[in-house]
Amino acid sequence: MHIFRDVRTLVILFGIPAAQIIIFGYAVRTDIKNAGIAVLDRSKDEISSALVSRLESSDFFILSKNLETETQIDRSFKEGDIKAILIFEDNFGKRLLGEGAAKVEIIADGSEPNVANLVTSYTRAIINDYMIDLNKAEAGSYMAVEPEVKMYYNPNLESQYMFVPGVMTIILVLICALMTSVTITREKEFGTMEVLLVSPLKPIQIILGKVTPYFILSVVDVIVILFLSWLVFDIPVKGSLLLLMLESMLYIMLGLSLGIMISTLSKTMQQAMFISLLGLMLPTIILSGFIFPVEYMPWVYRFLSPVIPPRWFIIIVKDIMIKGTSFAFVWKETLILIFMTLVFITISTLTFKKRLV
Amino acid sequence: MTSEKIIEVKNLVKKFGSFVANDNLSFDVHRGEIFGFLGANGAGKTTALRILSGLSKPTSGDVSVAGYDIYRHAEKVKRQIGYMCQKFSLYEDLTVAENIMLYGGIYGLPKKLIVEKTTELLESLDFTAYHKRIIGGLPLGMRQKLAFAVAILHDPDIVFLDEPTGGVDPITRRQFWEMIYKASAEGITVFVTTHYMDEAEYCDRVSIMSEGRIVAIDSPAGLKSKYQSRSVQDVFVKIARASNNNRV
Repeated sequence: MHIFRDVRTLVILFGIPAAQIIIFGYAVRTDIKNAGIAVLDRSKDEISSALVSRLESSDFFILSKNLETETQIDRSFKEGDIKAILIFEDNFGKRLLGEGAAKVEIIADGSEPNVANLVTSYTRAIINDYMIDLNKAEAGSYMAVEPEVKMYYNPNLESQYMFVPGVMTIILVLICALMTSVTITREKEFGTMEVLLVSPLKPIQIILGKVTPYFILSVVDVIVILFLSWLVFDIPVKGSLLLLMLESMLYIMLGLSLGIMISTLSKTMQQAMFISLLGLMLPTIILSGFIFPVEYMPWVYRFLSPVIPPRWFIIIVKDIMIKGTSFAFVWKETLILIFMTLVFITISTLTFKKRLV
Repeated sequence: MTSEKIIEVKNLVKKFGSFVANDNLSFDVHRGEIFGFLGANGAGKTTALRILSGLSKPTSGDVSVAGYDIYRHAEKVKRQIGYMCQKFSLYEDLTVAENIMLYGGIYGLPKKLIVEKTTELLESLDFTAYHKRIIGGLPLGMRQKLAFAVAILHDPDIVFLDEPTGGVDPITRRQFWEMIYKASAEGITVFVTTHYMDEAEYCDRVSIMSEGRIVAIDSPAGLKSKYQSRSVQDVFVKIARASNNNRV
């Protein structure tokens, strides 16, 4: 009977397995939908355009761009909405009809290895499909397109390229939010917080005093992660290291303010830990796009995902580390992080004041 | 003890929603006295103490502590007071000496003075042997004595004690009150809440609270003669009975 009295335990008992099944069941999907592609068609003949429209008419791809020169490739990937680029060689149709073979290059964005794999294999399948149809139509002939797959940014399609930014994102939010919320609620529980509040120290001084060590620790963490990833996995930081550090500091600040907010909302250490772990861990792993690309999740998740700070930081880290982009490409994400930090701080000060009155 | 008023409270009201925790309290505390704040659990003692020490804001009424208005000069009030709460309030994972250092630092005492005070304090408490011990491993009585010593480390005008002797054995309680007397003799005003009635006998003046109101305020001797009782305990029981009868 006692267990039914405690509603919170009940929720945890039944709610969590249910939530996990739903989240994993839907989120862990390995198919793609409406992935953006670009085409660089050097031949512009009937067959190449027929092939492009075949790709387009499938549910999997959306043609978002026509490129003119190869110099546009890098920029298109950095802008981030294109997962792959198809390049048809000169006289694609002529060669195919005349020599029975022609080349098409598929360049995928290797900074997201899972998506890159899916996109390339789907593209290949559609091209094959088209060739079978074409061969049937021209009875007796045998024509083949040889797709040549290349991975941009990550030629060997190594998964570390995805894990390093992901791990960094998760570790930082965990250390910052969990540790701050726990340490501040601990003060509350032990009564030391009251003594600090009675003292001439201002609340802001108390919070800064509590938070500064974690800020420093987290910055050290970032350095360790980056150093290890360079040393062990051979992943250098392609973009500006300074920019990456500044963005990380912003993200750490966000994590800390999130922790402060959690601590003002929760009464005990356990509560703070629960909120931080369950409220942050799972969503971070699943909805941030760390393992599963967010774009192809059901709409609920796509809707929820932008609320989660790691979602934006992971983009920033990937862009700077792997794609080597400059601030011009990540200012939007940066702004979102700053905005979120301000929201968390405002909520905490408001609840803090209310408690004092 | 002088007649200078160090705490002045006029018509203090504190409401939590529709619940009135402090109903129109008015009282003064004089410099250097030991002022006992008595009442059953939930009578509103802690609420009043939290307001006086700046942890909580009153709904209405005038309160001045150490000569400063608590609305306008909350920061100045904080410099003049020491505070020790119901729950143990030192850092359990720091050593005795580290705790003293920390609180000295929080109140902005110069380092040299802190070191001096630490030695002095450890000697007077007979704690010298323990100064490197982690607080968590010390018995409750010792910790409470240390917490009190830390609360008056910066020589405040007033020290607020919220049930400082809860759960402490009689001998340590006795020693604790000796510390309170000593602080009082040095000119520190002691404002103490308790529900041990025998402790009330040690105070210069006591006030008895019931259901958010102060129902009696006088010296222990004055209370006893007024209610014709042998001890403050009896006074308290009589008052409690009277207020129960009123309700019925």
